[in-house]
Amino acid sequence: MDFEFMQETFLRLLSGVPLTLNLAFTSVAFGAVLAMLIALMRMSGVRVLEAFAKGYVFVFRGSPLLVQIFLIYYGLGQFRPTLQEWGLWSFFREPYWCAILALTLNTGAYASEIFRGGLQAVPAQQVEAARACGMSGFLLFRRITFPIALRQALPAYGSELILMVKATSLASIITMMEITGIAAKLISQTFRAVEVFIVAGAIYLILNFIITRLIMALEWWLSPHLRHPPVPKASVEAVHV
Amino acid sequence: MKIFKAIGLGILASALAISGAAAQTKTVKIATEGAYAPWNFTGAGGKLEGFEIDLANDLCARMKVTCEIVSQDWDGIIPALNAKKYDAIMAGMNITDKRLEVIAFSRPYASGLHGFATMKDSPLAKLAGTGERVNFDKDPAAAEKIIGEWKALLKGKTVGTQTATVNLAFLEKYFKDTATIREYKTTEQHDLDMAAGRVDAIFAAHSSLKATIDQPEFKNMMIAGAGVSGGVLGRGVAVGLRKDDAELKTAFDTAIQAAIADGTIQKLTQKWFKVDMSPQG
Repeated sequence: MDFEFMQETFLRLLSGVPLTLNLAFTSVAFGAVLAMLIALMRMSGVRVLEAFAKGYVFVFRGSPLLVQIFLIYYGLGQFRPTLQEWGLWSFFREPYWCAILALTLNTGAYASEIFRGGLQAVPAQQVEAARACGMSGFLLFRRITFPIALRQALPAYGSELILMVKATSLASIITMMEITGIAAKLISQTFRAVEVFIVAGAIYLILNFIITRLIMALEWWLSPHLRHPPVPKASVEAVHV
Repeated sequence: MKIFKAIGLGILASALAISGAAAQTKTVKIATEGAYAPWNFTGAGGKLEGFEIDLANDLCARMKVTCEIVSQDWDGIIPALNAKKYDAIMAGMNITDKRLEVIAFSRPYASGLHGFATMKDSPLAKLAGTGERVNFDKDPAAAEKIIGEWKALLKGKTVGTQTATVNLAFLEKYFKDTATIREYKTTEQHDLDMAAGRVDAIFAAHSSLKATIDQPEFKNMMIAGAGVSGGVLGRGVAVGLRKDDAELKTAFDTAIQAAIADGTIQKLTQKWFKVDMSPQG
C-alpha cells in the first residue's frame, strides 16, 4: 500500500463528490414527488390509476438501473429527429439530464412502495379520531396521515437514499465524471485498481455515514413519543455541602 | 480412522491428477475486449471474432499451446492481467511508455493510423489533411502545423473518445484547453453519440472508424483530417504480458516474427481491415 498515492487519489476523487451528491439529491427530490403521486394512485381505488401505478412499479423496479440508463441515453439518442420535433432534444442531448431522469424514475418506483407501506400502516384509530374531531380530506392527510406515514416510512426511505447515492456510480457509463467515473479514469492512468477502489469505497462510506446520521436525527426528532421521558437529575450538589 | 485414511488418499490422488494434467498441455489465457470491431468483437452468435481472434489462434498453433480467449472490459484489462486473471492481452493495445511501466509487450503485430471522424454536414468535416498521414516521431514540424490548424476548428467543440486509450492521451495532450473531451467505455458508445449529435467529433483508430462507417446506420459519418501516428499514440499494437513472464514473451515474439515473415499478418489484416497493417520496421 502506497499511502502517499492514496492521499493523492483521495483528493482527486473528492472533486467528484459534488456531482455524485448533485445527481443523488436532485433525483431523490424529483423522485419523492413522483413516488408520492404513484403511491396515491396505487391506493386511489380508481382502477385505471391503480393499474398504471402497478405497471410503472413493475417495470422500473423489475429491470436493472443500468439497462434503464442505457435505454434512456443511447436508446432515445437514436430517435433524435422525433425528439427534436417534440422539442425534447435539448433535454435528452445532455448526459446529466438523462442520468437524472433514469435515477428519478427508478427511485420513484421503489419509494412509492415504501410510501404506500407507510401510508397503509397509519393506525385506523388515529384517522377515526381525526374524523371525530371534524377533519377530513386534505386537512386530515396533511395533519394526521402524512406525518405518521412519513415517520413510519423513514427507516426504509433512509436505505433508499443510500441506495441512490450508490446508484449514481452508474452514471459514469454515460460519461458523467462522478466519483466512480474519476476512479475508473485514475485506474486507467495508474493501473492501480486496488488502491483507487479502496479510496473510492471509503468516500462512499463517509457520504453514507453522514446521510444515515442525518436520517437518524430526523427520525429522533419525529418520534418524541418513543423517547425516554427525561429523568430528573439527581441533585449532586447536596453531597458537597 | 479408516475413513480419514481414505479421505487422505483421495486428496493425494486428486492432487496428483491435477498436477499431472497441468504438465501435459500448457494453456494460455488471452484477454480481449470484444467491442472493438474489426480488431475484436462479439459476433451475432455471441462468439468472439475479429482480426485478433484469428491471429491469436494462429500464434497459439505456432507456440504449440492451447489458447483460451476471454473478453474483459477495456478499463480494467491491465490490472486484471497483473492480478493473473489471464496471461496475455490482445485487444488493439498500443505500446506506450506509460503502459511499459506496469506491463511488458511482445514485438508489435500491427500498426495503424488514428484520427477524427465527424458527420459529413459538420463544420469539422473541413479538418485539415484528410487523406494524408502525419508521423509525430518522424515529422515534428508537420505535426505541429496540423495541431495548430485543428485547434482553430475544434475550439469550443465536444470530442468523444474511448477512456484509457492512446486516443485519449493524444486529445488530452493537444486539445485539453481547446475542446471538451468526453470519455466513453467503448468505441461503440461514442459512435452512437456521434450519430445522435451529442458530440461534434470522435477520435479513434482509423481501422475502427472505417468499420463503423461501413455500417448503413453510420453512412453519413466520415473520417476528417489527417491520419496520425507516433508520439503519445504509441509504437504499434502488441501483445500485453506480465513483466515477469519472460518465457511467454519470447514465445510470442518468435511466433509473431514468423507470422510476419510468412505473410500471415499481411493476409489477416487485408481480410479484416482491407489494407495491409503489418508493422513497419
